[in-house]
Amino acid sequence: MAAQTSLLHTSGLTIGYQAGKSKPKVIAGPLDLELYAGQLICLLGPNGCGKSTLLRTISGLQHPLKGEIILDGKELKKMKPAQVAKKISLVLTDNIRSGNLDVYSLISLGRYPHSGWLGILTAHDKQVIDNAIKATHTEAFLDRKMDSLSDGECQKVMLARAMAQDTPLIILDEPTAHLDLPSRIQLMRLLHQLAKETNKAILLSTHELDLALQVADQIWLMSNGGHLDAGLPEELVLNGSFQHAFDKDGIAFDAATGTFNIHYAGKRSIKVTGEGTAAFWTKKALVRNGFNISTAGQNDLRVSVSGEGPEFIWTVQKNNEHTTYTSLRGFLAAL
Amino acid sequence: MVAFLLDVALGSVHIPLKEVIKVLFTSGSGNDTWVYIIEEIRLPKALTAIIVGCGLSVSGLQMQTLFRNPLAGPSVLGITAGASLGVALVMLSAGSITSLYTIKELGISGSWLIILASSFGAALIMILIVSISSSLKDNVIVLIVGVMIGNITLSVISIWQYFSSPELIKDYLLWTFGSLGGVTGGQLTILAIVVFAGLFISFLSSKLLDALLLGDNYARSMGLTVKRARILIIGSTSILAGGITAFCGPIGFIGIAVPHLARALFNTSNHRILIPACCLIGTVLMLICDIVAQLPGSQTVLPINVITALVGSPVVIWIIAGPTKLRGF
Repeated sequence: MAAQTSLLHTSGLTIGYQAGKSKPKVIAGPLDLELYAGQLICLLGPNGCGKSTLLRTISGLQHPLKGEIILDGKELKKMKPAQVAKKISLVLTDNIRSGNLDVYSLISLGRYPHSGWLGILTAHDKQVIDNAIKATHTEAFLDRKMDSLSDGECQKVMLARAMAQDTPLIILDEPTAHLDLPSRIQLMRLLHQLAKETNKAILLSTHELDLALQVADQIWLMSNGGHLDAGLPEELVLNGSFQHAFDKDGIAFDAATGTFNIHYAGKRSIKVTGEGTAAFWTKKALVRNGFNISTAGQNDLRVSVSGEGPEFIWTVQKNNEHTTYTSLRGFLAAL
Repeated sequence: MVAFLLDVALGSVHIPLKEVIKVLFTSGSGNDTWVYIIEEIRLPKALTAIIVGCGLSVSGLQMQTLFRNPLAGPSVLGITAGASLGVALVMLSAGSITSLYTIKELGISGSWLIILASSFGAALIMILIVSISSSLKDNVIVLIVGVMIGNITLSVISIWQYFSSPELIKDYLLWTFGSLGGVTGGQLTILAIVVFAGLFISFLSSKLLDALLLGDNYARSMGLTVKRARILIIGSTSILAGGITAFCGPIGFIGIAVPHLARALFNTSNHRILIPACCLIGTVLMLICDIVAQLPGSQTVLPINVITALVGSPVVIWIIAGPTKLRGF
């Protein structure tokens, strides 16, 4: 990583809003961030912590309150919009389903910074557009109007437009919002591939914690006070940053599984013995029903799961009485 | 072309079509009265219709793209009201050169005065609306604000009318009916130059308009200096709508309806194609409106505004309640 040159670098960056003549409202900072080519960076954080503001500031849509942003060796605020447009392309949450636009026209708008004063596309432009279409698998709906696309298709098309802009850095603001689970996974995998294959840097904000942990080369984790931790996903899990960033009542990040527990700690404790999938899902069912899974050697309530799928047997041991159940539902009802 | 010929051929005085073609292309005919009518009245009127059709349609297209609103247009957002204010300012303010007819007698300098006042009024309202709209995110609210500002402007004019003398009011009222017939000779040249300049600027900004289809943020991310683009687009729209309104009165609906027809018929959102398409459709529609206004076969001529509203309103209803492909702006 030391050999790589930094594509974007911020030092002492403070972001926020300058509302009128009143005192500026600082949202986060000072931030010292580095962004390298070929990396997929996920920006995570609770709602309202300033993810969008950070992305808007880095992409030049909004001025920083303090500090500087160096983009490819030049200071961002000294660059003209046309120059920035050749370095950074965006996928925003803005609604664009308007103006009778068809998909191909929208993707070709990505060539805007490269085309002449009338926007006539050259053979090279068309080649770049075709590559963007292939890379994002949008061939199937080129002739359709934007307002006939599903949310997932729409995001892919907007990504194709950003690809057509052919910039070393692509910034996406919550690209996975409104998408169903398969589309979210598809999109994240696509972004991961693109970063590796095209050596572009891709920065995106998302709420998809588990997906981000899987695909991100780097995670920027923002918490509500405007604090930002940057690092490898695993580093942030291990050093407790995740627990800190999402710390709210009744929600706990479980470093052992990499997920959030949405349930309050149970009042009754139970010990589960058994192997494999059946034991795993039995524990989940018990937690949902208000049990605390105990690992202690001695417990007055135990259950052991045995059997081969799809038939399982639950044997409950309570005060030295043994009861056997053949369905999970029956077992839970008895408890 | 056919519409153009028909527009020249039809009128309160019956002239055979063959003679019309002869006058137009060989500039000679047996009947001097016919030559006079065609060259001095009908030809300028048809040319005015073409200019007005192009100018209003393109200004409507620009407004719809800039505000990303299908109902935007020079008449709805108060631009024509602004132009009216400018004209009322010149026509109703007390003094000797205030009447439109006096100004017309002044010739070119007087025409420039009205055009300037009208464009200035239009630009003033446009700038007001855009400055308010920059702090508003919702296009519907922008539209409502525009309509309200238009109403305020119109009531200012009404108050002014209330305190003006009847002769001045009559001139002004006649102007508000809209007319293609009042533009002749030197004025036609001025109008043509002004509208052509406006159209030229719009065509140059077609790339900017394309980028604005995605909204301000995307436009900026593609390297567009949004403020400069806004000024350019507002400027050319004000020139187009202001110039035309100054000479022909506030002509409604063409500006809203034609861009939608162009989008539907040419099935594109590319402004490089849409601007000429708007010119074409606007020209044809305006000529047809002018033909209808003359009530072929009768001696009566209706105000052009009445006809454009009759043609335009159903189109607007069709946009809102009709097939979804038009609603998807």
